[in-house]
Amino acid sequence: MRGYFLFAAKRFLQLAVVVFAGTSAAFLVAHFSPISPVETIIGRVSGQSSFSPTAVESLRATLTELFGYDQPLWQQYLNFWGRFIQGDLGPSLIAFPTPAMELVMRALPWTVGLLTVAIVISWILGNLLGGLAGYFQDNRILKSIGVVAIGIQPIPYYIIAFLLVILFGYVWPVMPISGGFAMSVRPAWSVDFVLSVLWHSLLPAFSLVVAGIGTWFFGMRALVSNIVTEDYVTYADLAGVDRRTVVGGYVMRNALVPQLTALAMALGGIFSGTIITEQVFNYPGLGSLLIRAVNGGDSGLVLAVSCVAVIAVASAIFIIDLLHPLLDPRVRVG
Amino acid sequence: MLTTFRDLFRYNIEFRIGIVLVAIVTVFAGLSWFSPYPPEMIYVVVPDQPPSAEYWFGTNSRGQDLFWNLTFAFRNTLGFGLLVALLSRIISITVGMTAGYLGGWTDRALMFVNDIFVALPIFPILILFYFVLRNDLDMVTLAIIMACLGWPFDARLIRSVALGLRHREFTRQAIFAGMNPARIMFQEHLPFVMPIVFSTAMANMIWSIGFEVTLGVLGFTNLNIPTIGTTLYWANNHSALVVGTWWWIIIPVVLIVIAFLGLFLLAVSMNEHIDPRSRLRRMGTGV
Repeated sequence: MRGYFLFAAKRFLQLAVVVFAGTSAAFLVAHFSPISPVETIIGRVSGQSSFSPTAVESLRATLTELFGYDQPLWQQYLNFWGRFIQGDLGPSLIAFPTPAMELVMRALPWTVGLLTVAIVISWILGNLLGGLAGYFQDNRILKSIGVVAIGIQPIPYYIIAFLLVILFGYVWPVMPISGGFAMSVRPAWSVDFVLSVLWHSLLPAFSLVVAGIGTWFFGMRALVSNIVTEDYVTYADLAGVDRRTVVGGYVMRNALVPQLTALAMALGGIFSGTIITEQVFNYPGLGSLLIRAVNGGDSGLVLAVSCVAVIAVASAIFIIDLLHPLLDPRVRVG
Repeated sequence: MLTTFRDLFRYNIEFRIGIVLVAIVTVFAGLSWFSPYPPEMIYVVVPDQPPSAEYWFGTNSRGQDLFWNLTFAFRNTLGFGLLVALLSRIISITVGMTAGYLGGWTDRALMFVNDIFVALPIFPILILFYFVLRNDLDMVTLAIIMACLGWPFDARLIRSVALGLRHREFTRQAIFAGMNPARIMFQEHLPFVMPIVFSTAMANMIWSIGFEVTLGVLGFTNLNIPTIGTTLYWANNHSALVVGTWWWIIIPVVLIVIAFLGLFLLAVSMNEHIDPRSRLRRMGTGV
C-alpha cells in the first residue's frame, strides 16, 4: 500500500506542475495579445452613440482599473493566480458582464459528457476487437475490420466530422447536425430533454468514436500478437485452460496495462479533436465557446477556456493513472 | 538502408501502397512549379465551373482554377508537415537519446518535462497563439510552434530504445575505449534509433497536417496562403455545398485522405519492420 501512496503522490506533483506550467504559459501568451479588451469595449460602446472625449477617457481609466492593466506584469500575474484560485477570471467580452468562468462552466458539462461517452466506447470496443484480432490472427472478419480501420484511422477528426455532416445532413438528412438539443425542448431534467440531448449527441459522439477506435485497435492487436507467443500462454493452452480464460484473463489483461497508459497519454489529443468536432456540429461545449471567443476578440474568455482545458485534461490523466493498480498489481506493491 | 527499403517493398503490401499514394500527392504538389497562375490571384478564370477537360478539378467561386490552386495548397501543406517533422525530430532525438543513455536524474528530469508536454491540450494553445499573432502566424512560425509541442511522444519511444542499447556489449566497449558520451550516442546508437525516427516522422506529419487543416478550416491561419485548410475554409465561406460547387470540397478532401492514408501506411509498415517477429511472420508466409 505504501508503494501506491508514493506512486499517487508523485503523480499528484506532476498534476500540480502541469496545471501551473500550462496556466502560466496561457497567461503569458494571452497577455501579449495585441487586442486590448479595454479598447474593444470602448470601440463597442462608442460605436453605438457619440461620447465626449472626456467621457471616453474616464471610461478607459475605469476599464483599465477593472482589468488591472495599470499594474506591473508580475503584480498582474500574482493577481491572476489569486483570483484564479477563487475561480474568477474576470468578465467576458462577448457576453459582458457575465463572468468568463460562468460561460466556461456552462459549456464544460457538454464537453465532458461527449468526451467521456466517446472515449469509453472507442476504448472498450477498440481494445476488444484489437485483442481478438491479435489472438485469432486468421479470422476473416477480424482481418477485414483491420483493413477498414487502416483506411479510417489516419483521417483527422475534422474531415470525419465533416463527412458525417455531409452524409447525414445533406445527402440523407435524418440526423440533427447542429446544436446540443432541439430548439423546441426546454432545458430541464425531463424525459424529452434527455432524449433530445442523446439524439443530438449521437453524430458528434459517433465521429469521435470512428476517429479514435483505430488507435486502440492497432495498439491492442500489436500487443496481443506479441503476448500470444509468450511461454505462459502456450503453457496455458497445452494445460487445457479454457480458451476464454486464456484470452480474457491472461492475454488481454496483460495488454490492457500499456493501453491504459496510452489512453492517459492520448487524452490531450482527443480533447483537441473534441473541440473541432464540437465546432463542426455546433455543439454547445468548450470548443464552440473557444472559437466564439477568438472570433469575438475576447482574451479573458480565451484564457479561461485554455486554463480550464489544461486543468480538465491533466486531472483526467491523473485519475486514469490512479486506476493503474486495479489492472497491474505490481504498482500496488510498489 | 537501401536493402531495408527493398525488403519492405518486396514483402510488405502496405509499404507499396503507401509509397504509391505518397508519390501521387508529392508529384501533384510538384506540379505547382508549372502553374500558369500565381496562387494569390483571384478571378483569373470563369468562377463555378464544374470539372471539365479545360478545368480538370473545376473552378471555385473565387475564380481560381482548382487544379492549380490545389497544387500550391499541397506544396504548402506537405512542406509544412515536413518542416514540423524535421524540427521535432531534432528535439525528440536529442531528448530521447540523452535521457536513455545518461539515465538517472537526467532521465527523470527530462521525462518529467516530457510528461508535462504530453498532458497539455495542444489545440487551445495553438488557438491562443493565433489569437496573439493573428496574420503574422505564417507557415514557418506555426511549424516552429508545432515542433515545440510535437516531440514528447517520440522522445519517449526513442528513449526506450536507447535504454536498451545502454547495456549492450558494444556500448561498454566504446566507453572503455574512451569515446565520449555524445559520440557514443550519435555514432553508435543513432543507427539503431533511425528506423523508429522514420516511422514516427510519418505519424508526426499526419498529426501536424491534421492540425494545420483544422486551424485553416476554422480560419485561424493566414488565409491568403493556399493550404488544404484554407481551401476548405474558402469553400465553406462560399457555402460550396449549398451552392452546389461540390467539387470544391470533395476533391481536396479526397486528396488529403490519400495523403494521410499514404503516410499512415508507410508508418505502419515501418513499425512492423522494426518488430522482427512480425517481419518474420510476413516473410515466412511469403505475402
